[in-house]
Amino acid sequence: MTPDSSRRRLLQSILAASSSLALPSLYAAPAPAPLLTRPIPSSGEQTPLIGLGSWITFNVGRDPQARAESLDVMRQFFAGGGRMVDSSPMYGSAQDVIGEAVQALKPPRLFSADKVWISGGARGVQQIETSRKLWRVPRFDLLQVHNLLSWEEHLNTLLAMKKEGRLRYVGITTSEGRRHGEIEKIMASQPIDFVQISYNALDREVEQRILPLARERRIGVIVNRPFRQGDLTQALAGKPLPGWAADIGCTSWAQALLKFIVSHPAVTCAIPATSSVAHVRENLLAGSGRIPDEALRKRIAQDAERFA
Amino acid sequence: MSEWWTYTLSDFLMFSQRSYYRLIALYNEAVWPAHLLALVSGLVVIGCIARPDMRTRRTRRIALLILAAAWAWVGWAYHLERYADINTAGPYFALAFGVQAVALCIMALGPHGAAPAGTQKQVALGLTGLAVIAYPLLALGSGRGWNQVEVFGIAPDPTAIATLGVLLACRAHPVYWLLPLAWCAVSGATLMELRVGYAWLLPTFSILAVAAGLLFRHTKHPPAH
Repeated sequence: MTPDSSRRRLLQSILAASSSLALPSLYAAPAPAPLLTRPIPSSGEQTPLIGLGSWITFNVGRDPQARAESLDVMRQFFAGGGRMVDSSPMYGSAQDVIGEAVQALKPPRLFSADKVWISGGARGVQQIETSRKLWRVPRFDLLQVHNLLSWEEHLNTLLAMKKEGRLRYVGITTSEGRRHGEIEKIMASQPIDFVQISYNALDREVEQRILPLARERRIGVIVNRPFRQGDLTQALAGKPLPGWAADIGCTSWAQALLKFIVSHPAVTCAIPATSSVAHVRENLLAGSGRIPDEALRKRIAQDAERFA
Repeated sequence: MSEWWTYTLSDFLMFSQRSYYRLIALYNEAVWPAHLLALVSGLVVIGCIARPDMRTRRTRRIALLILAAAWAWVGWAYHLERYADINTAGPYFALAFGVQAVALCIMALGPHGAAPAGTQKQVALGLTGLAVIAYPLLALGSGRGWNQVEVFGIAPDPTAIATLGVLLACRAHPVYWLLPLAWCAVSGATLMELRVGYAWLLPTFSILAVAAGLLFRHTKHPPAH
């Protein structure tokens, strides 16, 4: 054995030993940061900042391939710590697609949020029961009056259900800035737990009255259409991410837009809808790590407006 | 219900472009080879319009009964059995297509009207030809592939366009135009919301058919045999 070969062997063994110790800490994928939560104001129950919407994305009819893809999205969502899934009888086959996933995955911490959307109180009761069967759940966690349709009658039904222990939370919804005056009146006068609204870095009208009122009245806020149905992310696609994005752990505009929403102190969670497993992962990451402060929120909004 | 005014067209869009065309692909797969029969029927309709004796009862009746069968089939097999899965209005569309099928039967069995003017006949032939022969090619032109073709008598849009052509050729009473025009408006709006490149076709064809019907409505013709 020459000195060179013995030295080579010694070096190899040292390298092998050191790599076996050092590599895992240097190269193993870091464990994902935990999904941040915020308390539901009326109960204190912690809810992850990112939920899952189902408008358009899960309405796939009987298409077996698309149903399997939806199942994958929900599997990833629950595996990443997500809890709140939101749907509506207005979303076609979405409730049944969710129900199929609930049956297959049996998510232990599912927070089921659905809506009632029909004229007349008696028909509402029937619709809620149909929805519950489609979801394959014993009861809903949250039921909301969708777009304020026949809201007086439905709110009476939902509040009675809550009183009887057949429902945990009651809410109302609107989208695209509709009927905010009426929403405010209901928030001010009715014992609701949640209000669902549209809010994003460009559509910020709710910051004036609805979000402050929600804080004052201890009403949870669910944010729908965070990307303006994809228009916002599409408009920002290819635009360079400003330097602040790295500071808050964002690698895409979608994450930055979500962080903007959930960083508002009145917001309980955002419910982006997606049919892509990669996007659900990306969305969940926006609910972890550093949350922008007020100054950074202003910069995000300004930059989103400038680029979109 | 006072709340309806607060909705916009996009609020009623419940599905993605991908889901819509996947539905058509699965439907095509399920009903194949009915497309061949539908295509032959469409060619027969074109032949009826092209014949110089379109105003005769027999020729007219053949074209209208083929259309009636197409509307009934699309209403049941497409709207009720499939489209209703992703669109809650599906059963209402099925009902409307059933009503139009009955209307076309009534028209076929009723007294015949006037023959089309020369220009009307050309527009009618053009519309029906586009619906039967060219419309299926849109899927290929859009890069969607053969499995997503929309064929006259199978899919609603080419069926409605071909119907406008035949109604024009028959110089039909305006009441028979209502549902085909309404469908072209609904489907055109849906395709626009889905951002389909050729969404403008349905409204354009509708305007063309109505314009040809109105502009030449006073043209005189020899009496029918």
